[in-house]
Amino acid sequence: MYLSIRDRPAGEKAAGSRVATTVVLLGVVSLLTDISSEMVAAVLPLYMTAELGLSLLAYGVVDGLYQGVSALVRIFGGYLNDRTNRPKWVAVFGYGISALSRIALVPAHSFAAITAVITADRLGKGFRTAPRDALIADASEPSMLGRAFGVHRTLDTIGAALGPLVAFGLLLLVPAGYSAVFVASFAFALLGVAMLVLFVPDLRTSGKGLPVRRMVAELASPRLRKPLLAAGLLGLCTVSDGFLYLSLQDSGDFAARWFPLMYVGTNLVYLSLAIPFGRLADRVGRARVFLGGHVALLLTYLVAGGSDGGLIATLVALGLLGAYYAATDGVLPALISRRVSADARGSGIAAAQTVVVLARFAVSLAFAGLWEALGPSPALLFAAGFLMAGIGAASWLLKGIDR
Amino acid sequence: MSLRTKLAAFAAVLVLAVAGTVLYIVDVRETRAEQVASAPPVPVADLATVTAAPHIVFRSTAIGDEYGKVAMVSLRDPAGPRAFTRVACDRVYAHRDAAVCLYSKPSFVTTYQAEVLDANWAIRRELPLAGVPSRTRLSPDGAWAATTTFVSGHAYSSPGDFSTETRISSLRGGPSLNLETDFRLIVDGRRNTAKDRNLWGVTFARDGDTFYATAASGTKTWLVKGSLTGRELVALREDAECPSLSPDGARLAFKTRNGKPEGQWAIAVYDLAAGKTTLLTEQHSVDDQIEWLDDAQVLYGLPRSGTGPSASDVWAASADGTGTPRLFIPDAWSPAVVR
Repeated sequence: MYLSIRDRPAGEKAAGSRVATTVVLLGVVSLLTDISSEMVAAVLPLYMTAELGLSLLAYGVVDGLYQGVSALVRIFGGYLNDRTNRPKWVAVFGYGISALSRIALVPAHSFAAITAVITADRLGKGFRTAPRDALIADASEPSMLGRAFGVHRTLDTIGAALGPLVAFGLLLLVPAGYSAVFVASFAFALLGVAMLVLFVPDLRTSGKGLPVRRMVAELASPRLRKPLLAAGLLGLCTVSDGFLYLSLQDSGDFAARWFPLMYVGTNLVYLSLAIPFGRLADRVGRARVFLGGHVALLLTYLVAGGSDGGLIATLVALGLLGAYYAATDGVLPALISRRVSADARGSGIAAAQTVVVLARFAVSLAFAGLWEALGPSPALLFAAGFLMAGIGAASWLLKGIDR
Repeated sequence: MSLRTKLAAFAAVLVLAVAGTVLYIVDVRETRAEQVASAPPVPVADLATVTAAPHIVFRSTAIGDEYGKVAMVSLRDPAGPRAFTRVACDRVYAHRDAAVCLYSKPSFVTTYQAEVLDANWAIRRELPLAGVPSRTRLSPDGAWAATTTFVSGHAYSSPGDFSTETRISSLRGGPSLNLETDFRLIVDGRRNTAKDRNLWGVTFARDGDTFYATAASGTKTWLVKGSLTGRELVALREDAECPSLSPDGARLAFKTRNGKPEGQWAIAVYDLAAGKTTLLTEQHSVDDQIEWLDDAQVLYGLPRSGTGPSASDVWAASADGTGTPRLFIPDAWSPAVVR
């Protein structure tokens, strides 16, 4: 099998079983940036409706942007990374745009201005993801990729969990002080960018930039075709989380009020399992853990679809969903980066992530129809059957890939 | 750059970021304290005097200690002295002997409350409330209260997408109805069962049964006529949100997109008998549930741009589509006319 990871001078890579310093640094950069972005995300609905007097619909539009924009830019960020061969500076560009968008929120009082700022933030997110993951892959020992991504995703998720706490803590200190939240959010983002600029080494993966034709050839190569196909196929069997949360919280006012905590619960499980699952992936095979994550997702559907909305079933389903994320989110780039040559790594990782997002988006539209026709439980059980077939097909496609 | 230089540079950024944020927060707090101290004193009236005659109940957004409190002014002198209640609401609606108040309690987990208050502004009962307050109305006979809230994550096609929950609660004991699950929605003679439908912005008629509201599904919105006993909502026309019935019950004022970009609304009045729509002359985007001042004029809140967030005024416009809108109550939001 073709392996692209070149040997590096000993100083750049971690010795023994430790994750490279660069990976930890990138994790801390993500942690700071995620505190920053989740602070804003947490207060944005209140800010727009209660403070600016905008309507639910206006917030809905912004929220839609929040979810959608970054997926489409991602592939472009990946290509830009490989084209310029400057992963660090493409990432700095992405993190920088997002940081600047925080301070731009202070004077943005109109719907149009807020929409523009949030779009800029998401563009930044789209740009930075693929070069950052390429850097993680580049700085890590090939045998430790799963663990490296696990460490990065854990730090990332800690930031996401801390963000809302920091934001609401500030609002207690300065009632309705949304501008103070935005300024503090900018400060966190700025620290992240400073850490990236100052301490993350300017690694280059190859001597020359990647032409478009080569990139297309790389993405269509047999090495990458099978995992991309498997990821897309599994994406097509993945119902969006919204459906799961919705089916779990059909039980009334209590669930509606504590709804935000469902995300927190899932995040905590993700957080605690990302590293162990990353290590497991390095030991028993990334494809195997990736498939195992989808088995956890299958169980989530079965529990949520068969659930009576009780507390235990809800907790079990959320735990399984967190395990699914821990076994797939960092493991997929670890799996992909081994399959693509170093000079096309950003594009390869971005392609896998984009394929997954687009497949999920398409399926959530189709699943909506099923949900309406059959009702929540039968629809989820149907999806479980579909996913079972998908796991079968994907395990055939991924056969032998771990060796 | 040596590691030492880099560490020094990072330390400098750290100090700048922390100091900048702390200074900003201190500055915000001081500026607020100064604004409160130097704000032109709001002329205050006596509550009993204002309540005795026809008046307007609203959320006061004048800078000062009373910011966010429910206040009222005499209908004869809307820009004049205001009387304050003890109650703070994000959204308020009132009758002579009852009021409904929606508010959020910010904390590490922000919660939302809805309360029905009596003539002395004491809590009479609590209503279920699932999310960020949006709209509220009382029925003319005082039997029902309607609340609309924003519920995050309730929608499913994209995670975290917005959806609304609208409830009509009986104030004389009895059920709390959910517009989404307890009513049939009929559009163009056919039942609409789309899961993504949202309903919001209720206004009640005098007969104790009829009400109007907004229904939305996909990218469309409809003005719907509802029946409390029939548990049915029938679409009357497209592109109309947050209706409000005129005192004579003949016309509905509402927000309409009318070809404007997303997030922008004009206001219009719809004649129920003639089926005719008249656009009003307000040029700003109005994102509020309209209130009728009388049968000829409407009231609505407008954010005051350029003076920072939270500043808002209540404006009045002629309901026949003529004339120029005028500033009606400065530093006010969520008006309700009480006669």
